[in-house]
Amino acid sequence: MKVNRKGVVGLGALIAGSAVLLAGCAGGGGDTSETEEGGDASSSITVWVDIERKPALEPISKTFTEETGIEVELVTKDFATVDQDFISQVPTGKGPDVIVSPHDKLGAYYAAGVVAPLELGDVADGFTEASLAAVTYDGKVYGVPYSVENVGLVRNTDLAPQPASTYDEMIAAGQAAGTEYPFLVGLSPEQGDPYHLYPFQTSFGSQVFAQNADGTYDGSQLVLGDAQGTAFADWLGTQGAAGAGVFNANIDGDKAREFFLAGQSPYYLTGPWNIPAISEAGINYAIDPIPSAGGQPARPFIGVNAFFLSSKSDNAIAATNYIVNYLSTEEAQLSLYEVGGRPPALTAAYEKAAAEDPDVKAFGTIGETGAPMPAIPEMGGVWSDWGNAELSIIKGEGGAPATVWQTAATNIQSSIG
Amino acid sequence: MADVKTETPTGAPPRRRGVEDPGFGPKRRLTSGGIVALVVKVVLLGIIDALAVFGLYVLIGKGDWVAAAVLLAVVALVNYIYLRPGILPGKYLTPGLFFLAIFQVFVIFYTGYISFTNYGDQHNSTKEDAVSQIIRTSQERVPDSPAYAVEIYRQADQYGMFVSEPGGDTAFGTNEQPLEEASGAPDGWERLNLNQILRFQDEVLALNVQVTDDVNDGTLRTQDGSTAFVFTSTLEYDEAADTFTDTESGVVYSDDGEGNFRAEDGTTLTPGWRVVIGWENYAYAFTNEQIRDPLIRVVIWTFAFAFFSTFLCFALGLFLAIVFNHPTLRGKKFYRILVILPYAFPVYLTGLVWAGMLNEEFGFINEVLFGGANIPWLSDPWLARLSVLVVNMWLGYAYMFLVCTGALQSLPDDVIEAAKMDGAGAWRIFRSIKLPLLFVAVAPLLIATFAFNFNNFPVIFMLTGGNPRFTDTTLPIGSTDIMITMVYKIAFGSGGGRDYGLASALSILIFIIVAIIAAISFRQTKSLEDLH
Repeated sequence: MKVNRKGVVGLGALIAGSAVLLAGCAGGGGDTSETEEGGDASSSITVWVDIERKPALEPISKTFTEETGIEVELVTKDFATVDQDFISQVPTGKGPDVIVSPHDKLGAYYAAGVVAPLELGDVADGFTEASLAAVTYDGKVYGVPYSVENVGLVRNTDLAPQPASTYDEMIAAGQAAGTEYPFLVGLSPEQGDPYHLYPFQTSFGSQVFAQNADGTYDGSQLVLGDAQGTAFADWLGTQGAAGAGVFNANIDGDKAREFFLAGQSPYYLTGPWNIPAISEAGINYAIDPIPSAGGQPARPFIGVNAFFLSSKSDNAIAATNYIVNYLSTEEAQLSLYEVGGRPPALTAAYEKAAAEDPDVKAFGTIGETGAPMPAIPEMGGVWSDWGNAELSIIKGEGGAPATVWQTAATNIQSSIG
Repeated sequence: MADVKTETPTGAPPRRRGVEDPGFGPKRRLTSGGIVALVVKVVLLGIIDALAVFGLYVLIGKGDWVAAAVLLAVVALVNYIYLRPGILPGKYLTPGLFFLAIFQVFVIFYTGYISFTNYGDQHNSTKEDAVSQIIRTSQERVPDSPAYAVEIYRQADQYGMFVSEPGGDTAFGTNEQPLEEASGAPDGWERLNLNQILRFQDEVLALNVQVTDDVNDGTLRTQDGSTAFVFTSTLEYDEAADTFTDTESGVVYSDDGEGNFRAEDGTTLTPGWRVVIGWENYAYAFTNEQIRDPLIRVVIWTFAFAFFSTFLCFALGLFLAIVFNHPTLRGKKFYRILVILPYAFPVYLTGLVWAGMLNEEFGFINEVLFGGANIPWLSDPWLARLSVLVVNMWLGYAYMFLVCTGALQSLPDDVIEAAKMDGAGAWRIFRSIKLPLLFVAVAPLLIATFAFNFNNFPVIFMLTGGNPRFTDTTLPIGSTDIMITMVYKIAFGSGGGRDYGLASALSILIFIIVAIIAAISFRQTKSLEDLH
């Protein structure tokens, strides 16, 4: 009988295996037949959203369903990898109709052919110029922005009562405060952090890619290695380990926050995401514009979150209607602001939010001078070399800062071809 | 089969098998089990067959004949094996072979197939998709053109647009007929409501009404069925010639056979599509100077890492096993528990914790153990490699300790006794008796450990992420990257686009290397066993 039992167990395993296999086939088949026949499929659209923003979309989606009879299915996805899932799943026909995503992925979406252009018409007038530029690629708008975020200089008002207007003033005030660090910014000991250092870089007039007249970036013109860039590199060298030691590659994002919360520095360069922790720690803070190091305005990167339409949406008309006419309303944008705390992209909604919350206003004012993070596919090949060059310069390794900087620029140029 | 014979009524000719007359009594074997087993078997097979029929229905509906044929063949074979009495080995082997086929053979062949394609972020769909996407993105709204309110009309399979211009004029047009002033849609045309627009949305989206007789003045298109804008097309697709032509510059883009529309000057249109490109990915890995030299260093380091990890873990584990195996040592249990502790932590966690402890300025190691020295454990290439090895030793020696303790305790006392009688010292006994005997038991485990470390992704990924970076390549790979982390970075990495084709080619190379190592080492192990 022992033998028989084993046979049955084996058979069970076999069935389980076949069931899995068949379920796979069946699932795929089911989808196709449904979508090909149209009909039922067009009564709903699927939206990929992160768990935080989902509640904010629920009331708007409900209104949409009531007015059009089209169901909105909100699917929660991991925001960190949603762009990769989107690129790989849209071509298989299993992707969503609408995706919520940071704008700097747009270039990759475009190159993979997974987003469709949107015509916003008059709706476009309601948005800030920078947020529209962020979702524009090759002259066409691909998304409806809903929030704008950027870094600012958070100041501990007990340690430094007056805002500083230049970088040197800030460092002097920081040293006068007698704290362990005059100024804090989170860097990665392995990769640096070009994002956080970008305001200082722009204060020397240096950019990554040349900007077209309409504010979009030209991927064929890398200007990282120009004279302004080199000037920034030289300056960064004087502030790193070989010089004043203000920048420290060993202080990562977590440590920088920890030190600031512990009152070990009056200045902290960070974004709105760290404000809740700072205010909970009972620190009296103010949010200042980022002081200039190189004489020109310090412009931080602006990150825009936006809704995009899949190029293979089975229900493009309904999805477009949802994105363009429902998600661009003041009500929708304010509801998204309330859950995420990020300044809305729609001007009217932003003004309401800013009137209520001075922090939003402060970051928003800083953001007005900012530069949208380039949303071109070439940008993906820039971060790694760029960050490593900054890291070497801060550590005082690899020779003269200008040489390190030039090498990185040459490497990037050859990799993006 | 002895019981079968005893149960056969004496005198009756032994029946071959019970298939012919299943009702002849429960003991007559339809299967090798009783009635319960038979029922279970029939039910389970029935479920499989039912699922198979459904699967066939779906697959044939999709026109996927190859998959349908494979499914049919597999299910027929399964039915045959389990319904036919006998072929007992087949009954045991089938589930195993089935899983082997799905999880091993299929994966390897599919990876192999992908490695011959240009599958990646910019070539991830069919040519059809690429063409329609290029057409779609080449539509450009005429600057400052106004928004037109539209109604969609339909007659048979014809679609038309009734337009209210911002000035108050109204007009009607279809795909064939340019806009013409009209006070309403012509007779016989039926207005579509929202539901109908949604049902026929492909046709509505394809509606492309010329504003005037001249196509260059642009066409009206709607994206939501209620508002239209004037668009002009910057690219024109010629289906017969399979080319795109730029309407302004006249540049012609044609299919270059590598999954792109390419102009003569080399510029391509995005996106591309997936095609088979032959050995190009393999050739790329060996000829492109951005990847060739770093790849060689990565391969050497992978071998060094796997070898030293295995060796160090084994050496430390064996040493501690011998020490804690000493008969006179007190508190053995306590020590053993301490030693096994690292084994209980997940690598993902310890990798991150160690990365923090090895921080150049604020890490525990430098602050406390080295008195505040700034030793760049993770940012100097050689120190980073050393750190990875040491951390991996810390993670892995407990396993070797367990294995060696077990093996040492099972060594026959009489052999050692005899060696002692012959006057051998402790070192001599260890080198000539214990170690060879130990190796017989541990060698296969060492090979397995080597193979495991060869692909030890988590420890590298969580501790250094492959950093510090190589300075002579633009690929985001570095001094501590082993092959598997390099493949990961190429396939899913944060830098540029993902390249599944190249990553698959590298995976196949790893597979071949590991297979060769395994084959050679198991042969060596056999010769070790001959010692016995």
